[in-house]
Amino acid sequence: MEQGVGMENQAVNDAAGNSDDVAIRVQQLSLWYGTFQALFDVDFDVKRGIITSLIGPSGCGKSTLLRTVNRINDRLGYVRTTGSVEVLGKNILDEDVALPQLRKEVGMVFQRPNPFPLSIRDNVLFGYNLHEASGRRDKGNEDDLAEAALRKVLLWDEVKDRLDQKATELSLEEQQKLCIARLIPVKPQVLLMDEPCSALDPAATEAIEELIWELRGQFTILIVTHNMAQARRASDECAFMLMGKMVEHGQTSEMFVTPEHKETADYIEGRYG
Amino acid sequence: MFTATQRDLKNLRVEGRYRFVFMAMTVLLVLPVLIILALLVVRGGPVLSAEFLFEFPKNGMTAGGVFPALLGTIILVIVALLASVPLGVAAAVYLSEYAADNWLTRTINLAIINLAGVPSIVHALFGVGAFVVFFKFGTSILAASLTLAIMTLPVVIVATRESLQAVPQAFREACWSLGATRWQTIRAVVLPNAVSGILTGVILEVSRTAGETAPIMFTGAAFFLPFLPESVFDQTMALSLHLFVISTQVPGVPEGLPYGVALLLIIIVLVMNALSIGLRTYLRGKKKW
Repeated sequence: MEQGVGMENQAVNDAAGNSDDVAIRVQQLSLWYGTFQALFDVDFDVKRGIITSLIGPSGCGKSTLLRTVNRINDRLGYVRTTGSVEVLGKNILDEDVALPQLRKEVGMVFQRPNPFPLSIRDNVLFGYNLHEASGRRDKGNEDDLAEAALRKVLLWDEVKDRLDQKATELSLEEQQKLCIARLIPVKPQVLLMDEPCSALDPAATEAIEELIWELRGQFTILIVTHNMAQARRASDECAFMLMGKMVEHGQTSEMFVTPEHKETADYIEGRYG
Repeated sequence: MFTATQRDLKNLRVEGRYRFVFMAMTVLLVLPVLIILALLVVRGGPVLSAEFLFEFPKNGMTAGGVFPALLGTIILVIVALLASVPLGVAAAVYLSEYAADNWLTRTINLAIINLAGVPSIVHALFGVGAFVVFFKFGTSILAASLTLAIMTLPVVIVATRESLQAVPQAFREACWSLGATRWQTIRAVVLPNAVSGILTGVILEVSRTAGETAPIMFTGAAFFLPFLPESVFDQTMALSLHLFVISTQVPGVPEGLPYGVALLLIIIVLVMNALSIGLRTYLRGKKKW
């Protein structure tokens, strides 16, 4: 199984390698929380349409980097940045960036599934209703959107008869799928995932990984993970961070076999973490 | 095997002693409440009747009912709520959802907590100065209610802020990450989740407002009025002040009457609390939280 995925990985990487179409280009990014510097001159390109995983020990800045891409960290008033983060060709740290527009393009999935305490249907359509003027809504269209989104995350068959059930009553795996489905009607191009499986059991983790693999190609996916095996199984490219610095970034299949840096090798082999 | 040692026995005795002390304190706490309630029901119960509720006081307030005072208390509470709830909730939303955590915000929070500790008679004097004299409302329902509103504002703000902060940050982030603005997030996610906590704050406020005497006696509540108020610029009677008056200022009041008024005041607070709790349950059910 592992072997099979690995080979498929290789083929895909070759295809992706031919195109240098970049969805996210981070250049010389430094970030401070107050006086604490969390990121140091990070340079990082994420290619369009593939899965890139970010690995590294706790506190290495991988979540911070991820959360800079949709500027969800802005809420913390004491965050300061230098450098640039280009998403789809636009530096999103510029003053003229409208956060709602940025976040429509860049969806986010969180560590713990966080569906709203509403019905399944209302959860899926939440973002859509947020952006659609209430006068223009139409029930049939909403039903189609909800179905399409739930089908896309492989959840439709499980929930199609109980769309009015509270989302918080679903299993964690279903909740996490729902949280991904919730993004789809907003039509994002980039999906950020912050350890999306760390609250799930192994079977659910496998299901979510399969789903992420399904979504490959339709979205640019950047995924932070603690789980080395997951990074290896479920990503095309992999980037290793340590102490706020980008140490190494390459194709997953190569990085896990022949890492360039000693720190990467030590981490991958589990000597610290 | 498993027999108690000397030390175990000693521990058990100490255990028993502490248990007794804590239980005794609880009983001491509950006992006065029960005695007061029993006294009120026994002495004041017979006084309560339709006539008592719906008639004016007679014979220099030594007989008859308390209708104007009852109506006055209800009006005072409602007007006070109309002023303090929107103001308090809005202020709490700003402090919790918008304001950055800096020295100014912390100072404001401290001021609000201190405002809750200001004696009610001081609020009364402020009410006289601000609403009766400066804004020229005169001694009126409006001035009295606004004084009550200022006095109970801290309760509403603190309760609202705490229930807003109890809403999981994950809900906010999920909403923001879908491209919602701050206000859309507050309206769609934060407030619906916090509404039951906010209502609890309002319940507390109602209980306090209905029973307060000092803030209203200088600002809008009258000793005795032979007619009902026609607008918020009129004075009104109120149950709390009426109780004070017939207990201490009027000679020849039958013993049962003050007890009846006190019992009625407590019943009003209970009914209003019950209504708020009912509303809270209804809102929760409707939202399918």
